[in-house]
Amino acid sequence: MNIKVAPSSGKIIMSETVEFGVKGPKDQIVTDPNHMFFEAERIPNFLTGSEVIKEAIKRCNLDMSVAYPITPQSEAAALIGELYAEGYVREYFRGENEFGVMGECAGAAFGGARVFTTTAGPGTLRAMENFPMWAGSRLPIQVVVTCRGVNSPLSIQPDTLEMYYLLETGMMIWHAETAQDLYDWILAGFIVAEQPDVHVPLALCCDGFFVTHTKDTVSLQSDKMCLPPYDPYRAPVPCMDMENPPIRMMRDPFVMKSNYISYMTHASWQQEVHAAVERSRKHTLVIMGGSLLETENLDREILIVASGTAVSQSREAIRLLNEEGIEIGLIKIKTIRPFPSQELLEATANAKTIFVPEFNIKGWLGREVRSLLPNNERVIAGPHVAGGMTMPSEVIVEEIKKSLGIKGAHMASRG
Amino acid sequence: MSLEKIQMTEGLMDIMPPEYQELVSNATFGNEDRSWKDIGSSKELIEQHSLCAGCPESIAFRFILAAIPAPEDTIFVGSTGCTSLVFPHVGVQNIHSLFGNQNAIASGLKRALKLRFPDKEKDVIVLAGDGATVDIGLDYTMQSWFRQENFTTICFDNELYANTGGQESGLMQKGFVAKMAPMGKKFEKVRLPEIAFEAGCHYVACLTVSKPNRVEKAIRNAIYVAREIGPTYVQLYTPCILEIGKQSMEGLDEMKDSEAIGGRFVMKELMTDEVREFLKEKDAEQKERKKLAKAKAAAVTA
Ligand SMILES: Cc1ncc(C[n+]2csc(CCOP(=O)(O)OP(=O)(O)O)c2C)c(N)n1
Ligand code: SF4
Ligand SMILES: [Mg+2]
Repeated sequence: MNIKVAPSSGKIIMSETVEFGVKGPKDQIVTDPNHMFFEAERIPNFLTGSEVIKEAIKRCNLDMSVAYPITPQSEAAALIGELYAEGYVREYFRGENEFGVMGECAGAAFGGARVFTTTAGPGTLRAMENFPMWAGSRLPIQVVVTCRGVNSPLSIQPDTLEMYYLLETGMMIWHAETAQDLYDWILAGFIVAEQPDVHVPLALCCDGFFVTHTKDTVSLQSDKMCLPPYDPYRAPVPCMDMENPPIRMMRDPFVMKSNYISYMTHASWQQEVHAAVERSRKHTLVIMGGSLLETENLDREILIVASGTAVSQSREAIRLLNEEGIEIGLIKIKTIRPFPSQELLEATANAKTIFVPEFNIKGWLGREVRSLLPNNERVIAGPHVAGGMTMPSEVIVEEIKKSLGIKGAHMASRG
Repeated sequence: MSLEKIQMTEGLMDIMPPEYQELVSNATFGNEDRSWKDIGSSKELIEQHSLCAGCPESIAFRFILAAIPAPEDTIFVGSTGCTSLVFPHVGVQNIHSLFGNQNAIASGLKRALKLRFPDKEKDVIVLAGDGATVDIGLDYTMQSWFRQENFTTICFDNELYANTGGQESGLMQKGFVAKMAPMGKKFEKVRLPEIAFEAGCHYVACLTVSKPNRVEKAIRNAIYVAREIGPTYVQLYTPCILEIGKQSMEGLDEMKDSEAIGGRFVMKELMTDEVREFLKEKDAEQKERKKLAKAKAAAVTA
């Protein structure tokens, strides 16, 4: 696994049974995603991240969404309710808590519906038991995680620690940097997750507040078009609608058996789920411009590797350092699961020092990078901010200068 | 699902397992008047079980599967516990995912099936243990009733956590000494039937599984009401003979004792006036249909 692959066919593969050009919700035209993603005209809009989630879902031909409020996702979840009231989303309600919501999403997906939900921080952790269940049940649900602190005393501030908990759930995990990423990847997410050789859930993460509550320019396709509907009969597991023959699943339920066949069955299914996440690469590549990374100036001796908002802050830090004649390259990681290992190995081959700035206290991305790269003393896992702190570009600048032995102005002296 | 969907091409018939061949040739899919009385003369929708010998849950399963009015369009949602060992042997699609989430799963499932099959009734039935229904899953159980979800919840009440070895549960009797209640349970058996009615269930029944016709009637009532009116709840006493120290043959006596006058499982039904009227009409309809079918059969033989 973890190998570099070529895009599936240079083109998004769709179900042969779905028709394009027919009417979807609110008379939207069901459109070939190849046209929607690559050719359709786009118009710039100035929107918050929450509004962007609404705009994306409006074009997703969505069957169902279940909502439960938690800062900073409440607005997005409520806006999807407006789409339901307007007729763009077919079914929507408020669940009782995040464990319930994720169960309700699972039930709908078992029944063949395209399902979307959102959560954050404590909500993600309350829902946690569901995520490996979604993956093991091969449900292509999409959850947007607007990351926030997981902390006691309670914090509602941005922090990406919850992504650490999500890493090995068997879901695909993507990390959006900007509102544009968020918009494009919500649409792309369903198309990738629903591929028969993938068919696992997607946690599309973004940094709460920084992305959800700030306005940004985002190019949108016309809302007169929408994605083709989900085709549950393309799934690699039976849809639970009694429209295919019921099967006797097994003579001895594996849960109760302490024998090698039982262990093997569980182990091989776990392997298959994680392999399905890996197989998503070839589909994702088509939509994400041919690489799971975005890179700048890889010939530099110093590189920054980052995901999410940390990428934006790094861009500015690089500009500041450039002004002082210090040249630095950048690697943005778009997908955390599957992790773009081979691409990262190649991209960092010549780097002497690699910084991994993060919005969480433990530095999960730093650990990933360290565990992957040879000569990993090159990797400096930091700087880290946590508990809702912003990461001014100067903090990154200072960290880099410090490790290069260049004395910089102390942040504190700046008042 | 139409009956044709479980048919097989001729060429494959002989390589299919015999239980599937029988399911195709001799099960009662598509017959609305199917009944527990078909047991013995038709293929049952349950193939073996891995419960303890004599466990009343096994007979409860057989009665329920024989009684549901439309197995060809029914999906069961289960939970972790002794029942989850049976579902893999059942010839009706079923979902077991986590412990206690069954009513959340069923809520999403029923709504999705309503969207996808607006002209066809798909029955969703939850079947779970008392721990799943009343303790770990109580929130989801009751919230689905508050929300008026259109499905039936069946609880196999064995008054303890059987699958993990006999621990205290909310439906256990007060004073019962069990694992995790070493000095006896300190509070009363939760009155879930009454709570269910208050929480919005339109039809509630609580009984043992000693009498198949009673079980059948309660299950059918619950399903019909869930289709047309709103959530319904059926609580069935299926004693865990293993944990209460009974022999394989003693399950039936235990149920009969508990449903005798003064016992805690004297049959109880709670329903709204609307449901009472509705069930009357449904009964009349069914009688009429059976009469017609009989006349038709007589005409054919004559
Ligand atoms: C989250 C979680 N907690 C605990 C368990 C352990 N567990 C499995 S079955 C069970 C008890 C089931 O009791 P009940 O619902 O009454 O079913 P029964 O076995 O009695 O039929 C428990 C506690 C689990 N599987 N998952
Ligand atoms: S442990 Fe109890 S409830 Fe479970 S199968 Fe055995 S007798 Fe039945
Ligand atoms: Mg029990």
